[in-house]
Amino acid sequence: MKHFNPDEKGYYGQYGGAFIPEMLQANIIELQEHYLTIIKDESFIVEYQQLLKDYVGRPTPLFYSNNLSKQYNAKIYLKREDLNHTGAHKINNTIGQILLAKRLNKKRIIAETGAGQHGVATATTCALLGLECTVFMGAVDIERQKPNVERMKMLGAEVVPALSGSQTLKDATNEAIREWINNPKDTHYVIGSVVGPHPYPDMVAKFQSIISEEIAKQLMEKENTDKPDYVIACVGGGSNAMGAFYHFIDNGHTKLIAVEAAGKGVDTEETAASITLGQKGIIHGSMTYLMQTADGQIIEPYSISAGLDYPGIGPAHAYLSDIGKVTVEAVTDEEAIQAAFHLTKTDGIIPALESAHALAILEKVKFNPSDIVVVNVSGRGDKDMLTYSKYFTHEK
Amino acid sequence: MKNRITQLFKRKDKEILSIYFTAGYPNLDNTTTILTHLEQAGVDLVEIGIPYSDPLADGPTIQKSGQIALDNGMTLQILFEQLKNIRETVQIPIVLMGYLNPILQYGVNNFLQQCAVLGVDGIIVPDLPMEYYKQHFEEACHTLNISNIMLISNETSQERIRQIDQCTTGFIYMVSSNSITGANKDLNTQTDYYSRIQQNKLNNPTLIGFNIHNNDTYKLSCQYSSGAIIGSAFVKHITANGIAQNSINNFTNQIKNNN
Ligand SMILES: Cc1ncc(COP(=O)(O)O)c(C=O)c1O
Repeated sequence: MKHFNPDEKGYYGQYGGAFIPEMLQANIIELQEHYLTIIKDESFIVEYQQLLKDYVGRPTPLFYSNNLSKQYNAKIYLKREDLNHTGAHKINNTIGQILLAKRLNKKRIIAETGAGQHGVATATTCALLGLECTVFMGAVDIERQKPNVERMKMLGAEVVPALSGSQTLKDATNEAIREWINNPKDTHYVIGSVVGPHPYPDMVAKFQSIISEEIAKQLMEKENTDKPDYVIACVGGGSNAMGAFYHFIDNGHTKLIAVEAAGKGVDTEETAASITLGQKGIIHGSMTYLMQTADGQIIEPYSISAGLDYPGIGPAHAYLSDIGKVTVEAVTDEEAIQAAFHLTKTDGIIPALESAHALAILEKVKFNPSDIVVVNVSGRGDKDMLTYSKYFTHEK
Repeated sequence: MKNRITQLFKRKDKEILSIYFTAGYPNLDNTTTILTHLEQAGVDLVEIGIPYSDPLADGPTIQKSGQIALDNGMTLQILFEQLKNIRETVQIPIVLMGYLNPILQYGVNNFLQQCAVLGVDGIIVPDLPMEYYKQHFEEACHTLNISNIMLISNETSQERIRQIDQCTTGFIYMVSSNSITGANKDLNTQTDYYSRIQQNKLNNPTLIGFNIHNNDTYKLSCQYSSGAIIGSAFVKHITANGIAQNSINNFTNQIKNNN
């Protein structure tokens, strides 16, 4: 099977759906009714692919790392999503959704952001396509991620601090949803991951599926197979992982590994391992695994990486993990930092802290020498230099 | 056992005043005091909000009251303990309003059982989809005689309104205009929508809620429906003036213009 779809109500097994207040229904029903028709439309596909090629710089390289391959005794490939315009995979989705919003005659775009990568990608796409842009960002994250806040402002976006709850990503998402409820006609909400009510998990997965489509093609050229033995990706909400897994889910061969942020350890209170530790419930309109108290209050997670610092997980990942098609691992702050420094030293690539979680798995799995292993490098590390430099001065 | 909501609407189909407050706010043990004072003040129906960490449909006022209630230690279990003997003193219908996740963790059947045992007459769960209601709530609600009250807004299609009317018992919660709670939208711009619903001849009576905050907006609601639901404005009032009988009388008098 080439495509991985939810049922018509947006369920992957028992996960997904649309658990939203009536005031959001009009917006969501409009999307549910139109998204598939629009993204399958020939003129949409042409425009989307043109922009991915000429503006984003796709296809991104699939780089064979000699050094890592020798060290781990397998064929290690890096999918270079860090080389996309704006520095991460997020823009694959923002271009798709904003083209779609234009076809729905929306005049204004809103988005949430944690580390600021999705916010920057949204602001960038809005600048290009001429739409008004408002980005909600937790007040705490605005303090932590100043450079991305400045980028968004320079790109013409309004950055609105989310002052509710813990003032981080989940609260920025709440604020964006509330803003959308208050503006039911002219506004589209660009969610940054495979989370939220149906159709977002499927729509975002389809826009990110370009990653695995390219991997399959590139491996065909390099290895004469379109079935890698392993694909490894980090999961916050799960969009880069969904994109990297998409075309391999049902090929009966590829082992898919999703890597969560363990923070200071899955046996500590400071962690963001939503599948490993979470319970079934509802977050941002979707039935999935989330970190919550016994009373059903959502817990604020912790990870050194702001992009993985989310208490839920996309419903497709909850399902794939339940049925055993995806293996879930958790990597600590410390292991991720080590992996980031290691790749920088061996290959001259400074990865995003999020992507470093995926790279850390190379230390943990025993490969066969003939194994073809693809690690998705979801973004570059420029935004994380402050964190890295702390460890850097430490080491010296 | 008769459902108090159904009885209320049989007795009175005009100028119903329903008040919302958040359980555990301003203090953990205020629940029964506020209930008693609301009944004394002549309120027809009360909605007790179950505090939640991520209330998607609520504006800053109700969010903050919920956060303080959670910090005070409020849980569904504690709320049920506080309501243990409530029917010995309070006779007006009581509705619990809360988001689905805490109810799922408590267990849907346990939750509805507790409601029935304590004399809670209805539930409002804004993020409960119709299909999920039918699969997991409907049978127990019918057996236990608990009203399920669903929302409509000016953006809800006619077809959906009919479906919602089928899934609802007691009354339909008519959101005054498509917004979160406590937003300052002008109700006068929505009168076409109110008349359209009025002419629909639904099975259920309607109450208008969201952004009702004074005598004008209360009167407007009464003109187009069986009455009004007030939430944020009441929470603001008790934040500033406290929960004593006098304070609550002042609030309802202002709303009804009884001064
Ligand atoms: C570089 C990078 N990778 C991964 C993520 C996590 O998101 P997702 O799990 O949706 O790919 C983010 C989010 O900000 C990111 O910036």
